[in-house]
Amino acid sequence: MIIGIIDCGGANLNSIYYSFKRLGINTVISNSKNELSGLDAYVLPGVGSANAVMQCLKDKSLIDFIKNITKPVLGICIGMQIMYEYSEEGDTQCLGIIDGKIKKFKSDKSLTVPQMGWNKLLCNDDLKSLNGHYYYANSFYTDSTDSAMGYTEYGVNYTSLVKKNNFIGCQFHPEKSSVSGEKFLQYFLTTA
Amino acid sequence: MLTRRIIPCLDVKDNSVVKGVRFRNHEIVGSIIDLAIKYNNEGADELVFYDIGASTYDGVVSKEWVKAIAEKINIPFCVAGGIKSVEQAKVILNSGADKVSVNSPAIERPELIHELANEFGSQCVVVGIDSLMIEDDYIVYSKTGDENTATNTSIKTIDWIEKVQELGAGEIVLNCMDRDGVRDGYDIYQLNKMISISNIPVIASGGAGSMKDFKNVLTQTNSSGALAASVFHKNLFNINDLKIYLKKESLNIR
Repeated sequence: MIIGIIDCGGANLNSIYYSFKRLGINTVISNSKNELSGLDAYVLPGVGSANAVMQCLKDKSLIDFIKNITKPVLGICIGMQIMYEYSEEGDTQCLGIIDGKIKKFKSDKSLTVPQMGWNKLLCNDDLKSLNGHYYYANSFYTDSTDSAMGYTEYGVNYTSLVKKNNFIGCQFHPEKSSVSGEKFLQYFLTTA
Repeated sequence: MLTRRIIPCLDVKDNSVVKGVRFRNHEIVGSIIDLAIKYNNEGADELVFYDIGASTYDGVVSKEWVKAIAEKINIPFCVAGGIKSVEQAKVILNSGADKVSVNSPAIERPELIHELANEFGSQCVVVGIDSLMIEDDYIVYSKTGDENTATNTSIKTIDWIEKVQELGAGEIVLNCMDRDGVRDGYDIYQLNKMISISNIPVIASGGAGSMKDFKNVLTQTNSSGALAASVFHKNLFNINDLKIYLKKESLNIR
């Protein structure tokens, strides 16, 4: 099995590469349609901002390519957020694979933003083996419940795991979430 | 609910992990990778690597050890030390670090914080602040990696905290300098004062000597986490035992 890590300019590509390497899985990091075509599964990493990632996908003509992937796709953090229709971050039109939009957490003294650290994922019954603590670093979240599979509480109870057809999105960083993160990546591999 | 983080800090100098007392007299405590793996396996929530020589000697952290760490551990880590530009930060983040922390270079050129937040997002940008009480007020120090270069900036800590938030910092590590390495408890008073003006996470640093010190800082302040070095390096207790203790004390710990 070879996994394509879609290089949309953000950092953290190496972390994702290493996390699959620890699981014995080969990866290709690329932003070229030719190099990415025909692989077994894809990861859309996300560190940076929604507008920067979307602009990069546009520049590399990857938007239609991603929408048309029929193999499993895992969007991580901003990679998940851009699967929705729209993000408040930089007033950005996103991929529109999942219904809904991305909003900013309302910060105050009791709710520091970004959400930074380990929080609990609570999944629907059929995925409850994935329940546990994962690492989050995000200022934005979705208030959509379209295809929601798991939730996290941070000021609001929001969708932090989504699965629509072959597209899976997680707001947390499985590549940085120790044992639970490894288990989650293994779950993703079982869908491939 | 977000859990409170326990964060070992590894001060790196000349490719080894070192620890001094009150930022002075550094002694070598071990290899970077060995300690990173040890803390990862013990249940650390995050690691911070401070290249304490970089800012004072005009260097920048080498990316090879950053890559080596990213390859071996699967928890987030932050790298600090002499990062002065978006380009330098990009090398560190692309090597597998999750955040960069800026201290002295941000004091010299505050726009750096904005540039980093703009390029990578606030969640990647930590500002380390070395703060010391001077005549009834908390003052920011720069270049504290070496006692010969440590400088009183005359900037009030409270003003600097307001400023770094405006510029887009995603987190603050507040090093209470007169507690550093002396292991007699975190500076609860200063931390509460500074956390009360912060809308971004603040990590407590300086003074951990016992498990009770962690309990005190996490129950008596709203710090997002507690950072410590010597208690872990000197094996006074391990992180797993600390977390079991804190959970028994009803703290929300992973």
